[in-house]
Amino acid sequence: MPVSDFQPVIGLEVHAQLLTQSKIFCGCSTAFGAEPNRNTCPVCLGMPGVLPVLNQRVVEFAVRTGLALECTVKKTSVWSRKNYFYPDLPKGYQITQYDLPICEYGRLVIDTPQGEKVIRVRRIHMEEDAGKNVHDAGGGQSLVDLNRAGVPLLEIVSEPDLRDADEAVEYLKTLRDVLMYLGVNDGNLEEGSFRCDANVSVMPKGSSTYGQRCELKNLNSFRFLKQAVEYEISRQVDVIESGGKVSQETRLWDVNKGVTRSMRSKEEAHDYRYFPEPDLPPLHVSDEAIDAAAKALPELPRAKLTRFMSQYGLPAYDARILTAERPLADFFEACAAHYADGKKLSNWFLGELMRLLKEEGTPLSALAFTPAQLAELLGAVDKGTVSSNAGKDVLGEMFRTGKAPSDIIAEKGLAQVSDTGAIEAVVDDILAKNAGEVEKYRAGKKQVFGFFVGQVMKAMKGKGNPALVNDLLKKKLGD
Amino acid sequence: MQLTDLTMLELAAKLAERAVSSEEATRACLERIRQVDSKVRAFLRVDEEGALAAARASDARRKAGSPASALDGVPLGLKDIFLTEGVETTAGSRILEGFVPPYDATVVRLLKDAGLPLVGKLNMDEFAMGSSNESSAYFPSHNPWDLARTPGGSSGGSAAAVAAREVFGALGTDTGGSIRQPAAFTNTVGLKPTYGRVSRYGVIAYASSLDQPGPMARTVADTAALLQLIARHDPQDSTSAAVETPDYQADLEAGVRGLKLGVPREYFIEGIDPEVEASIRETLREYERLGATLVDVSLPHTKYALATYYLLASSEASSNLARYDGIRYGQRAKDARGLKELYALTRERGFGPEVKRRIMLGTYALSAGYYDAYYLRAQKVRTLIREDFTKAFQQVDAVLSPTSPVPAFKLGEKVDDPLSMYLMDVFTLPCNLAGLPGLAVPCGFTKAGLPVGLQILGRPFDEARLLRIARAFEREHDFFRRPAPL
Repeated sequence: MPVSDFQPVIGLEVHAQLLTQSKIFCGCSTAFGAEPNRNTCPVCLGMPGVLPVLNQRVVEFAVRTGLALECTVKKTSVWSRKNYFYPDLPKGYQITQYDLPICEYGRLVIDTPQGEKVIRVRRIHMEEDAGKNVHDAGGGQSLVDLNRAGVPLLEIVSEPDLRDADEAVEYLKTLRDVLMYLGVNDGNLEEGSFRCDANVSVMPKGSSTYGQRCELKNLNSFRFLKQAVEYEISRQVDVIESGGKVSQETRLWDVNKGVTRSMRSKEEAHDYRYFPEPDLPPLHVSDEAIDAAAKALPELPRAKLTRFMSQYGLPAYDARILTAERPLADFFEACAAHYADGKKLSNWFLGELMRLLKEEGTPLSALAFTPAQLAELLGAVDKGTVSSNAGKDVLGEMFRTGKAPSDIIAEKGLAQVSDTGAIEAVVDDILAKNAGEVEKYRAGKKQVFGFFVGQVMKAMKGKGNPALVNDLLKKKLGD
Repeated sequence: MQLTDLTMLELAAKLAERAVSSEEATRACLERIRQVDSKVRAFLRVDEEGALAAARASDARRKAGSPASALDGVPLGLKDIFLTEGVETTAGSRILEGFVPPYDATVVRLLKDAGLPLVGKLNMDEFAMGSSNESSAYFPSHNPWDLARTPGGSSGGSAAAVAAREVFGALGTDTGGSIRQPAAFTNTVGLKPTYGRVSRYGVIAYASSLDQPGPMARTVADTAALLQLIARHDPQDSTSAAVETPDYQADLEAGVRGLKLGVPREYFIEGIDPEVEASIRETLREYERLGATLVDVSLPHTKYALATYYLLASSEASSNLARYDGIRYGQRAKDARGLKELYALTRERGFGPEVKRRIMLGTYALSAGYYDAYYLRAQKVRTLIREDFTKAFQQVDAVLSPTSPVPAFKLGEKVDDPLSMYLMDVFTLPCNLAGLPGLAVPCGFTKAGLPVGLQILGRPFDEARLLRIARAFEREHDFFRRPAPL
C-alpha cells in the first residue's frame, strides 16, 4: 500500500513554562538567562530536609488555562512524585500530577483546509521543570545548572485527534496563541519555554484500531514538528510495507540529518514509581476561585477573530493576522477607536506597520507613536494632505522618532500639492516637452498616459496630488 | 547533687533567679560529656564553641532582664537528623559525612530564638532506620542503665544523652516509635506529637507521612516545656497544622480522676516480656487508684500495622533518599567512571545495609505491577488502622499500653535478625500510621534494673491530656530522680 492508503494518528504533549515571578515550590526567581545556579535555594537544590510550598499563582494559571480550553477543573487534585535519577533532577524525583490532574476533558478548535476541527484535550497538569546539564564544558566535565529546576510547567496533553503534520502544527500554533493570550506562557520554542512532544502512529485507512505509536522528542520549532511527523509517518509506513512491525519507542528528531532516531525502547523505558507526594496535601480549588478565573478570562483568539471580522468589516485573512497576538490586536483596536475605516486601517497594519516592526525588530510595546497619531496620519492621507506613498515615509519617521505626523509632513515638506494652478503649470510644461508622445496618445496609443503621469510626478518630486494630476492631464490631452 | 542532675525547669528557675549562669550549666554538660560519653557514646559531635557562645548570649539577656523564653539558657542536644547551619549533619550516615547545612531546621531556629544553647549532635540509626542505634554508620550508642545494652532507636543517642545527664533534654524524631521506644529503654520521657504539630522543615526525611519531631526529657513537665517551644504552625511545611498551641503546663497537675483510659487487648499479646507486662499492669491498677476508669478497647487492625508500616515507610524512603546521589553534597565516589557508576558506587559505599534493605523494599513496593498489591493496599489498611483509633476514642480519653514488648536488649543481639528487630516496634507503629500523639513515660524497672515505659496514645492535638495523664503517675514516683549507674 502506498502512504496514501495509511491514516496517520497524532497526539501532542505540550510543556509550557508558566510566566510566574517565582518558582513553583520556593521563592526563587524564574528569570531566564541568569548566571548558572544563581536562582537557587536549599529547596530547589534538593538539600536534605527541605519541603515544597505551592505557589498559588501556578494554580491560578492552570485554572485559567483549563477554562480557556473548556476543561473540567477538578476541585481536588493530587500531587505525585515521578522517580528517576538524573543530575538535573536534584531530589531524584519530580513533583508532578499523575492520576488526578487539575484539569481534564477539554477541547481546542483549529482551522483545517476542510474547515473547523475540534481537537480534544485529555488533561492539563502542573509540575516542576528540571535543571539543565551542560556537557563538554571543558576538562571532560559535565556541569549542572539548576536555575530552571522548579520553574512551573503546565503539561497539556491532546487526544490523538490530529491526522497529519499540518494539523499538528496548526494545533500547536493555536494552542500557543491561546496560552500567550492568557498571559501564562511566552510561546518561545527556541528558548524551550514552550515545548512539544508528538505521539505518532499509522493505521490502514478505514481501520479503527490505532497502530503502535512512537513518541518524538526535540521538536523545538513548528518546522521541526512538521518535518519530524512527516518523516516518522513515512518511516512507519515503510516498516509496515516491508513486512515489519512498528515498535513502541521514544525517538529523537535529528535536526541535521532530518531523521528520527531511536532513543529508548519500551523495554528500556523508566518505571517512574509514581506515588502521592506526602509533602503536599491534596490540592483543593474552590468554586469561587473557578468562578473568579472564569470572569477574568480574556477574549480568546478565535472569538476575537470573529468579532474583528464583523465589527471592523475585515476579511478572515486580515482578522487572523491581526488577532494572532494579543498586543497587536489590542493596538489595532486602540487605533480603530480613532479611525473609522477598519479595512483601510488593516491595510496599513498588514503592510507598512508589520514591515517596520519586522525590519526594525521593535516590539509593539516599545512603539514610539500613539494610536491617535496613526489615525491622524491615515486621516491626512484620506484628505490628500499627503500622498499614500509619502504617508509611508511619514509612518517610518513616526516609528523611529515618535514625532507627530503633522510635524513630520511640515519638516520634510511632504505635503501634497493640491493647488490646481501649480499642477497645471507642470502639466503644460511636460506636454510641451514631449510633443511626440502627445501625438502618439492622440493617435490612440493610450498607454502613453502613464508616462505623462510619471513625468509630472517626477517633476513635482512625488508631491502632486495624483487625482488632480490625472484629471488635468486628461483635460489637456482632450479626453 | 550536680548541676546536671537538675531538671530543665529546675535549672530554668535557677537561671531566672541568676543563682546559676547558662555558661556554668553548659560547661557542666560539656564536663559530664567528657566524663561519661566515652562509655555512652551518645554524641556524634559536640559544638562546644557554639554552645558556649549561645550560653554567654543567654546570660547577657538574663542579666538585662529580658530572657528570650522560659528555657533561655538551658543546654539541649539534637538528634543528628536536624539541620544545623554551619554544624555538620549526617543523619548517622556515611553518605552525608562532611555535609555542613546552609540553613537551620525550623525547630532549630525556634530553639535558638528561645535562647537554648545547642550542645551537639546525637547519634541515631542511619536515616532513622532502626530500633537500636546499631545502624548508625559511626558507632552504636550504649544504654546508661546497662552499657552492654542498646538505648533503643532511632533516637537512641538523644535518649542516652538525656538519661546519662549529658544534656537536660533533647529533640528526637519518631517515624515508628523512634522517640518513645528509646525513652522507654532509658527511664526518660519522650513525646511524639500529632503529625503536623511540629514542623518537619529542615529535618532529614525518612518517611514523610510518618516522621514527626518531638521532645525528650527527664520529666513530664520538662517535656511539656520543650514542646511549648516547638509546637508551631510553619508555613514552610505544607503538612504543618494551623492549630493553636495550648499552654501545655496549664492542666499538668489536674490528675486523672474521671478520665476513661482504654486498654487495647491487641497490645497485650504473647511474646511480651513478663516483667514488662507485670509493670504495665501494675501501672494500670495505679491509674485506677488515682481515679481513672479503665475500659477494654479493641484495635482490631493492629496485627497489620507492622506490614503496613514497612511498606509505606520504605516506599517513601526509597524516594526521599534518592537525592543522596553524590552530585551536589555529601560523599561522592570520586573514582567512578560515567554517571551510572557514580550513582552506583556513591550509594553502595554511602548507605549501610539497613538503609539499602529499605530502599529496595520500597522500590519494589512502588514498582509497576506491584503498586496496587503493596503500596495501595497498605494505604487502605492505614485508613482502617486510623478508624480503629477513631472508634476507640469515642469511648475513651486515651489508650494505655506498653511502649515496647521488651526492655532494652543487648547490643548485637538482633543485628542479624531484622524481622525480630522490626517486631520491637509493634506497639509504637500504629500511632504513626494514625498520625496520633503518643507519649512514653517511665513506669518502673525490671529486676535487672532495666527501665520500663508506659505508652499513652491520644486523640489528634490532645498532647496536653497525654502529658497530664503521664504526670499523674510520675507525681506518685521518683523514677526520674534515679540516676543511671554510670
